[in-house]
This record gives sequence, structure tokens and C-alpha cells, in this order.
Amino acid sequence: MFSLERWEEIFDTIRKNKLRTFLTGISVASGIFILVILLGVSTGMQNGVQSQFQRDAANRISVWTGVTSVEYKGLNPGRRIQLKNRDYVLADRKYQDQLEYKSALYRIWGGLINYKNESGNYRVEGVLPDYQFLESATLTDGRFVNYSDNEEFRKVAVIGNKVYNDLFKDKKSAINKFIEIRGVLFKVVGVYTDPGGEREEARVFVPLKTSQKVFGAGEDLGGLAFTLPQEDNFNQAVKTSQEFTAKLSKQLKESHTIAPEDESAIRISNSLENMKNVYDMMRNIRFFFWFVGIATILAGVVGVSNIMLIIVKERTKEIGIRKALGAQPISVIGMILHESVFVTTIAGFFGLLLGMLLLEFFGPMVETEFISNPTVNFQVAITTVIILIIAGAIAGFFPAWKAARIKPIVALRDE
Amino acid sequence: MIEIKDLHKSYKTGASSLHVLKGINFSVKEGELVSIMGSSGSGKSTLLNILGMLDEADTGSYTLDNFPIKNLNEKVAAKYRNKFLGFIFQSFNLINYKSALDNVALPLYYQGVGRKERMDKSFAYLEKVGLADWAHHLPNELSGGQKQRVAIARALASDPKVLLADEPTGALDTKTSYEVMDLIQGINDEGKTILIVTHEDDIAHMTKRIVNLKDGVIIDDSRVNQVRAIENV
Repeated sequence: MFSLERWEEIFDTIRKNKLRTFLTGISVASGIFILVILLGVSTGMQNGVQSQFQRDAANRISVWTGVTSVEYKGLNPGRRIQLKNRDYVLADRKYQDQLEYKSALYRIWGGLINYKNESGNYRVEGVLPDYQFLESATLTDGRFVNYSDNEEFRKVAVIGNKVYNDLFKDKKSAINKFIEIRGVLFKVVGVYTDPGGEREEARVFVPLKTSQKVFGAGEDLGGLAFTLPQEDNFNQAVKTSQEFTAKLSKQLKESHTIAPEDESAIRISNSLENMKNVYDMMRNIRFFFWFVGIATILAGVVGVSNIMLIIVKERTKEIGIRKALGAQPISVIGMILHESVFVTTIAGFFGLLLGMLLLEFFGPMVETEFISNPTVNFQVAITTVIILIIAGAIAGFFPAWKAARIKPIVALRDE
Repeated sequence: MIEIKDLHKSYKTGASSLHVLKGINFSVKEGELVSIMGSSGSGKSTLLNILGMLDEADTGSYTLDNFPIKNLNEKVAAKYRNKFLGFIFQSFNLINYKSALDNVALPLYYQGVGRKERMDKSFAYLEKVGLADWAHHLPNELSGGQKQRVAIARALASDPKVLLADEPTGALDTKTSYEVMDLIQGINDEGKTILIVTHEDDIAHMTKRIVNLKDGVIIDDSRVNQVRAIENV
């Protein structure tokens, strides 16, 4: 397989048939190129989706309410359901030992906030101390809302990085400065950053009880948020969280007199479940991309096989001469196979290199919400190369086999 | 050297079968220069193909240098061809992208001879046929006579027991034909056994023995007075 003579043979034929070799190479190289790009995009999509999930705690369960859609116990549909403090207290008491973090929240959409001459409209959320973890927020300065803030109705606020950048143009620490929220003065006690980016950082957190009192909400809540403790087994974690949401939903529906089958009155979003769905989808997409890529390579293999068959046909007479001079079938097979593996490997590496260069240079420029940093890792590249060499061998084998079976007498007659 | 007994060969073409060789008995001793003559369709090429192990007989026995040639698989046939036989074809059958030297070296490559020795030997044979200066030319840069000389050098390269020539002068003009025949006679003088298939009388008379084939049987097998080709050039 590695004799000098054989290599000379191959270079001879390639030199003699530049166009043919080039076209063969293109079909293989484009196959590999497309596979690499597809795999890169699939990785990029995965990265994109993962960063989407990083904005909140990965296992967060959120509850909010809507309007009933089913008539139940004499009550008409279209009734607006309002969560109250007691819903939270009840859930807290009942599932205390199952929960990791928990918080009730009250939201004001578009609260006008002033500091000195600067002002802006931001979401204001009344929350409990655990909410920091439910949001995956990290403090860059000061502290988060704490237990006493809430119990004592303190007018303190934790502002997002964007709010800080917008309002505190002097870049001095915001701590202990007073900002005005809807005309009420709050003392800033912390600044936070959130992996969800600017949108998630354009918010202000205040203690829940303070917000209910200051903004006249009484006992009303905007939503509930929980996490369950982490589990090693992902599927088990999904199952546990599904059981929890089912029980929680049942309890809330009972206490608000909502039909068990009503889907719109109590809404529960389970991040873990969503994540599982998205991961399943990602897996399918990845599978699909692999499938398309392999099919492309297969098309390339058929192309190479076809061209090798033509080569064999063209070289029938030569093969006849070689056999008359004492070439054994195995040597003929080796010659054809060697050439096809060589051509596919070189072309394949070229396609691989081109694909990886493209991803390397243009990958970081891709910044959409769903694709980020598309790359192909080394292991995948190696897998592709192995696929390639096997493909080359398959592409060469049938023509080689055919060539080896040509009878010299028939081959010599061929003109 | 060659022993053939009651050789039969027929080709099937559709429903009918064409009986080409109808019981050939024939033997060649070492050092002979034999021509096989006959009109087209007489079976002379078929006989040569069978002798060359490029084709197989239906019945009958064939012994080459005391080796029975029967039911050979491709691998063994290739080995025997390489070891025992040198071929010279009417259309030269050189590999057109290889230089004269590389063409001559090919049988040695299949014998597993190392590169250096292969090239030295091949060059010596090219010298012998008078083409040392043309060693690195491609076949399409050579004249017909030169091509046939390269082919003869190639046939000799593996030092075979028997040279088989199928109309070696068929594609050449008279003058070149005689030059080639002179070369072949010279090789025979050194003791090599040579079989030539031809339909040209003058070429046949340059051998030592003429076997006449007609409709698949030998009708005449006689020794002749060899005409030296060099006298006619």
C-alpha cells in the first residue's frame, strides 16, 4: 500500500487527469464542508439556547394567573384570577421541605424612576430575598433585598446594571443614594447584573411588602416563583418538578374555585420541563444535521465511485496489460483503492479545513438570539475524517473489484 | 518446453457454439523459433491466448516447462505469466503515460524486484534493443518500430522461458518489420524459445519451423530453412 511505485502511479494518473480529479475532489470537499458547517450551526444553536436558559435559574418554576375559560360550580368563564398573599403562604407551608428557593412577587410595569436629572421607565418588582437566586442575579455592588427590609416595609431598592448606567451618569457608587420611583423615594442598597443581558438588567427590585403598600396593591400578588433542589439525574429532576407543578396547580385551582381542566386561569411554567423539550428538540436537530451531512457525503461517495468506475473503464486496457505482465488481482484492487482513498482524503481535508476556517473567522460574528459562537470541536473533526477515509475506501472498492475481475484477454481486446 | 495434447476450445455466441480449436497436438522444444500461420478464423490467436494463459482450453492438456497448466486461479495464472512468459503484441500495448524505461520495468515490479535493480536491468534490456537513448521518452514520442522494440525489451525483462508474439510485425512497414524480426532472431540465437503468430509468409520463413492452422486443426507442421532478416533489410 505504501510502495513508492504505487504513489508514483497515483500522481501520474492525477497529473494526467487534472480536471477529473478536481471534480471528484470538489464533490467530496463540498460534502465535508457542508457537514462541518451544519455541525457548527447545530453547536451554535445549542449555545444560543443554553444562553437563553441562563437568564433565570435553570430549574425555576413560575406561576402567574389569567382568566378562567371554563364554567365551574356556577361561575361563569371570563373571571380574572388574582393571586393573594395567602396563596404564597399556603404553598410555602405545604411544600416547605421540598423547596430550595421561593418568592412571591408583585410587578409594576413601567415605573417612572428619577435620579437627579436623569429618568427612565423600568419594571419594578416587589420580591422576597430568595428572588436573587431565582433570577440568577449577581450583585456587583451592595446587597440584595433582605428579610428585615420586607418585614419592616423599608423603602430600599436593588437596581439593575442598565438602570445604574442610565441614571448614574457620574459613575459614582449608587449605594445609599435615593431614587424616586413613581414619586416615592427609595434608597439604593445594591446593583446587580444578570446573565440574561440588558433586558433583564433594566429592572428594579424592592421588598414585596413595601411594594404592596406603596403602590396600593393590598394583598395582591403578580406571581410566584420556586426552585426545587438540584438532582443529579436530569430526567428524575424533570419528573420531580412535574409532580410538584401538578400538585401546586391542583391546590391553586381548588382554592380559587377553578375547573381542574382549565388551562388558562393558572399558568405554571416549568423551566426544567421547557429545557428538556428544547434539549430533545436540539438533539433531533443535531441528528437531522448529521443525517443531512452524512447524506451529502454519501452523495459525494457515489460521485467518487462513479468517477472511479469511469477511470477503471478508461484503464481497462492498461489493467489488461498489467495482468498479462503478471499483476495479481490484489495488486489491481490496491492500485484503484489507493487512488480513491488518496483523492477523497486530500479533498476531504481541504473541505474540513475550509469549513473550520469559515467557522473560526465568521463564527464569532454571528450574533443572533438563537445562534451563538458556532464551532466544531476537534473530536467531531476527527470523526469526520474517519468517515471520510471509510467513504473513500467504499467509493473505491466496487470499481476496484470490478477492475480485478476483468479478464486480460477481454481487456487487451478493448480499444 | 511446451506440450499440448488434444486441445479443444469453443466459444458460445448466443444459442450457437463456435468450435475454434478441434484437437490440437503440438510440442515445442527449448530454443525453437516457431511461427503459427493461418488465415483469420483459423484459431491461431486463440491458440496463442491459451498458450499465454490469457484464455483457458475446454479440454486437453497443456504443460509448460513441466508445469501442468490447468484450472489456474487468477492469482496463480498471473504468477505463471510473470515467471514463464513474455508477451509481444501487434499493437505494442505499452502503457502510454509511462516512459520506455518504466514500461520495461513493469514485469520486474510485479516480480517484486527492488527499484534500483529493476531500473538497472530494464536499462540493460533497452540497450540490448538499441533504445538506450530513448529510455525516458513516452511511447507516443517513439516510432512504431521503436515501440515494438520497447515491447520486446519488456517481454525479455522478466527472463521468461517462452516469448509469445501475436503478429509482432502486423502494424509495421516491411523495413521495420525486418528490423524487428532481426532482433527476434538474435534473441532466439541466444537460446530463447519463441512462438510467433503471423499471416505473412515472409515473416514465417524467418522462423525455423512453420505450423499451419486451418479451421482449428494443424494441417502442416514442417521445418524450414531460416531466412535471416538482416539480408533483406
